[in-house]
Amino acid sequence: MTAPAARALIAEDEPLLAAALRAELAALWPALEVVATVGDGDSAVAQALAQRPEVCFLDIRMPGSSGLEAARALAEDWPEGLPFPLIVFVTAYDQHALAAFEAQAVDYLVKPLDRPRLAACVERLRARLADRAAPAQLQRTLEQLRGLLGAAGAAAGPSPAAAAGTAAAPRLSVIPAQTGHLVQMVPVAEVLYFEAADKYVRVVTATREHLIRLSLRELLPQLDPAEFWQVHRGTVVRASAVASARREDSGKVTLTLRGRPETLTASRLYAHLFRGL
Amino acid sequence: MSTLAARLASAVPDPLRTGAQVQLICLGVALLLKLLGADSFLVAWLYSAVIGSCIWGLIHGGTHLLARLRRVAPDAEGGERWPGWGWMLPVIVVGAFAGYVLGTLIADALTGHRSVLPLARGLADWRAWGGIVAISLAVAVAATWYFYSRSHLASAAAAAAGLQRQAAEAQLRLLQSQLEPHMLFNTLANLRVLIGADPPRAQAMLDRLIAFLRSTLAASRSGEHALADEFQRLADYLALIEVRMGPRLQVRLDLPEDLRAQPVPALLLQPLVENAVQHGLEPQVAGGRIEVGARRDGGMLVLTVRDTGAGMPALAPPPAPGHGFGLTQVRERLAALHGAHAALTLAPAADAEGGTQAEVRLPLQRREDLA
Repeated sequence: MTAPAARALIAEDEPLLAAALRAELAALWPALEVVATVGDGDSAVAQALAQRPEVCFLDIRMPGSSGLEAARALAEDWPEGLPFPLIVFVTAYDQHALAAFEAQAVDYLVKPLDRPRLAACVERLRARLADRAAPAQLQRTLEQLRGLLGAAGAAAGPSPAAAAGTAAAPRLSVIPAQTGHLVQMVPVAEVLYFEAADKYVRVVTATREHLIRLSLRELLPQLDPAEFWQVHRGTVVRASAVASARREDSGKVTLTLRGRPETLTASRLYAHLFRGL
Repeated sequence: MSTLAARLASAVPDPLRTGAQVQLICLGVALLLKLLGADSFLVAWLYSAVIGSCIWGLIHGGTHLLARLRRVAPDAEGGERWPGWGWMLPVIVVGAFAGYVLGTLIADALTGHRSVLPLARGLADWRAWGGIVAISLAVAVAATWYFYSRSHLASAAAAAAGLQRQAAEAQLRLLQSQLEPHMLFNTLANLRVLIGADPPRAQAMLDRLIAFLRSTLAASRSGEHALADEFQRLADYLALIEVRMGPRLQVRLDLPEDLRAQPVPALLLQPLVENAVQHGLEPQVAGGRIEVGARRDGGMLVLTVRDTGAGMPALAPPPAPGHGFGLTQVRERLAALHGAHAALTLAPAADAEGGTQAEVRLPLQRREDLA
């Protein structure tokens, strides 16, 4: 009954809190080696993919992308066949997120951390690492993330606020896309898909494409979810524009489109949208 | 005692209460008639009660009919519909006259008397009935006036209570927005760490937190304070955020000496600074700088809160709850104090560093006013 050696990543943007979590973990779980401490969501994804830790502590509200977005990116990009890390979300106060965590039986910690809760969390993580059936962990995380992203788009944004009223967001009907001094008015009805590209979003119609300075996160609440499906953290496609879907070995799905020659990729997180009847 | 009576009274449905009061008035009229020489108090009371009820019924019905015909809406707090005295006087006169005749006929039928009715034997006999009709009319006018003003008092009281409730709700929302739980718990988490790691710094942070909480609780109740106090409160808040964000946050507060005493609504700038931190700087991996400044521009005091953060999105997404409220609240407070003479504008910062600049303009108070 030796405690399994494990490596961890801590993603927390407040330096004092990151150091404290590290110190508390050192006391409660000496065998755990913290291999990376990062302060934003994007670094968390990059470091986790590079270091492949067994456990990730992800703060929910971080600059760049949130803890939840980081978890989604990991679930989408994690190499097939390798054991997926155990994820623990950390939050100071996100009512809606907490309710969703409870509903999805996700591990989470609330700040300020208290010793007994952290100890209980460490126990759970150790137990789970000990009898680790590798592929099951990824499936479990995918299910949980689908639940979290569906139930609480709320928890996704670093903006505290996205919490309550996204449902009431007015729908966008025309997108003003600026190129130089010219603003082209692109009817949403003509858009086949949106693709995140750095700080921009590519707006693709059958005949043209435009760049708008807006994140997909800001755009999504303004689209009709019945009309546009998110199929990847960076891709939102008009459902009726998808011509066919082919499942790949990696769990991803390749989509062909009506009216465009290129294919799109649906990540394993959204592959269930294209299950045949 | 009076509140108990009021509570008992308010438990009784309104028409019943009014009816009972009408009967009391009738009793009073009966006593008056007895004093004026009526033979039997009971008979006088019977006539008075029946006539009074008829008059009240006719006037009440007439008022409603008139209000409906003239489409007078009941006032917001549920007071009586009131078409105005100009329309009501004829209703009262006709109501009193007709009610008197009708009531007398009914009372005659009940007692077997045959009273002298107006116009029945010509106007010549007016002495026989004129006095009593005059009494009816006078009582009807007085009673209508009484019921009318009571209804209006009640609706005015209800309106005042409604306003008070609204003010309390606004205060609660202000407090909730200022004591943003995410900020509070993160601050406490940092404090918990510092208590072990760096007690003097923990103490300093706790002092800032106490000052911040005290001013927040006081400000949600009170009006104005000096601009220097406003800057001190912002410094407290930003010091808390500085502990949390570390080197990602730079703060610059710039308050010219001669503006320190300028009165401003307490914690007016707080929501703007919070927005700059939450929506401008916190989402940025690199963080950034926040600058709060004050200057005079002619007769105006100009306060600016600028961040070098994420900036405003090109396609404004719907203002998320919390965000929109902060700005609305600043605008409402400015409008309440200065009307059109004060304004809040929010715009992308003009220089290359980017970010957002909020600017509040309000009338400058002259030195002699301050003394």
